[in-house]
Amino acid sequence: MTFEIPDFMPVIPELFVLGMACAILVIDLFVPQARRDITYGLSQFTLIGAAVLTIALASPETRFTFNDTFIADGLSDLLKVAVYLITAVVFLYSRPYLQDRDIYKGEYYVLGLFGVLGMMIMISSYSFLTLYLGLELLSLSLYAMVAFNRDSARASEAAMKYFILGAIASGMLLYGMSILYGITGSLDIKEVSDYLITSSAGLNVPLVFALSFVIVGLAFKLGAVPFHMWVPDVYHGAPTSVTLFIGTAPKLAGLAIIMRLLVDGLGPLHHDWQGMLTILAVLSLAVGNVVAIAQTNIKRMLAYSTISHVGFILMGILAGTHEGYAAALFYTLVYAIVAAGGFGMIILLSRRGFEAENLDDFRGLNERSPWFAFIMLLIMFSMAGVPPTVGFYAKLAVLQAVVQVDMIWLAIFAVIFSIVGAFYYLRAVKIMYFDKPEDESPLPKALDMNVVLSINGLLVIVLGIFPGLLMSLATGAISW
Amino acid sequence: MISLSHYLVLGAILFSLSIAGIFLNRKNVIILLMSIELMLLAVNMNFVAFSHFSGDLAGQVFVFFILTVAAAEAAIGLAILTLLFRNRQTINVQDLDEMKG
Repeated sequence: MTFEIPDFMPVIPELFVLGMACAILVIDLFVPQARRDITYGLSQFTLIGAAVLTIALASPETRFTFNDTFIADGLSDLLKVAVYLITAVVFLYSRPYLQDRDIYKGEYYVLGLFGVLGMMIMISSYSFLTLYLGLELLSLSLYAMVAFNRDSARASEAAMKYFILGAIASGMLLYGMSILYGITGSLDIKEVSDYLITSSAGLNVPLVFALSFVIVGLAFKLGAVPFHMWVPDVYHGAPTSVTLFIGTAPKLAGLAIIMRLLVDGLGPLHHDWQGMLTILAVLSLAVGNVVAIAQTNIKRMLAYSTISHVGFILMGILAGTHEGYAAALFYTLVYAIVAAGGFGMIILLSRRGFEAENLDDFRGLNERSPWFAFIMLLIMFSMAGVPPTVGFYAKLAVLQAVVQVDMIWLAIFAVIFSIVGAFYYLRAVKIMYFDKPEDESPLPKALDMNVVLSINGLLVIVLGIFPGLLMSLATGAISW
Repeated sequence: MISLSHYLVLGAILFSLSIAGIFLNRKNVIILLMSIELMLLAVNMNFVAFSHFSGDLAGQVFVFFILTVAAAEAAIGLAILTLLFRNRQTINVQDLDEMKG
């Protein structure tokens, strides 16, 4: 048995993030509370450094390392850079929130960086083993982050629910993987795919059995109906800075594991998983959009809105074409940007001792700050899919992909429920512009947050007017 | 002679027991944590059995990783549990209903 020294070039960004996260963990011990900005600065430096490394090492060809368990390709480069940028924005928005609640601790950033590392491994995984380890590294960091505000009974309840359901999801996924391993004799995604291509066609019951466990596990992790129970409670109970993190970057990693596992590994079973994903997508669109109408808490409303967006992402994937995958990737990137803005607005309106959690807290925002009311308007329009915001093009791309594979009924269904969904987004806009403010206190002045949130909001419309740039990136990253 | 299918049936029984334990249990969060551990052990049973009967070591390596991750997961789960108890003075599953809607 020979031991081959693996090629470390493709994993340099991962090694950098790992090294920096460990270093920050130690450095943070010696930083007094008044100088916590050092930890924050180092975390941001880590993300920027990782982005620079990933871009510098990016190349169009696909690179494998560690006995083909690790892959670096166009998709992984794009998604990783998106994860760094979104996380950097999340860290920036979180800072005033954490400071106001006296939980401005280094652990938030260290756990966040380990979560980023987990997402990077998920995005680059090319074996069941690396996929599982990346997923767990992300999940374990997120469980701890949800419980981060230690004195909040609601946060610990949310953490417990998230932990239990997340663990069930991992168990389901693993059980499916174990049967796939038994059938195909390999943990390697490439070999699984090769086995499925060469084995005879037709209904293979054990394979479909394994596939259904894998899909249930993935649906739990993504929060697709009927495996969505944890999403509203976790979004509601977690500190808003953590909700912001959970609601954005992990969706990108979730898309990546679906691409690796279902499309790359189980691609030959496309016919089987297409049906399952159709059920999940239809239910997610219906339940997400309808139940969101009944919510008065904006974090819960955005949670149900997330569920409906997951339905759209699944629609892009189930089309099973190059256009469909590119549309799903585009949708996920757009969703992450828009959701970061949406939760960022909640943080902006919150202050010490006050959580702007309810829709009523947005009442009359136009009189308090016309500019941020406009930003929130753009974000809500984008979530609803109103042109010329980017959300419109994201939905359009997905619908086109679905129509191309002759699933017109699904496209019509999605449009109907998007219109239902537009009701609660527009209600938020109406509350901001036409109601009288109940709370006249001025918005806080944190310059960095105001600037980045403005850019975030304007990006929604700039990308909406020039969707070609992001779309060409997404199309180029998909090689299937 | 014990064949592969015996191990798979045992794995499936353990897995079903753990699922039943999670969904039927209405009393205690600790039982949920135990069920989760049982679920991972059922998966390990599958991996070891497949690995042994197909003569491929990768499955057994996977089991070591699952065991390690399960230990880390239990640590976090119990930490959240103590936090929950400190904040609410109960670990009854039915009392975890502050958030609804």
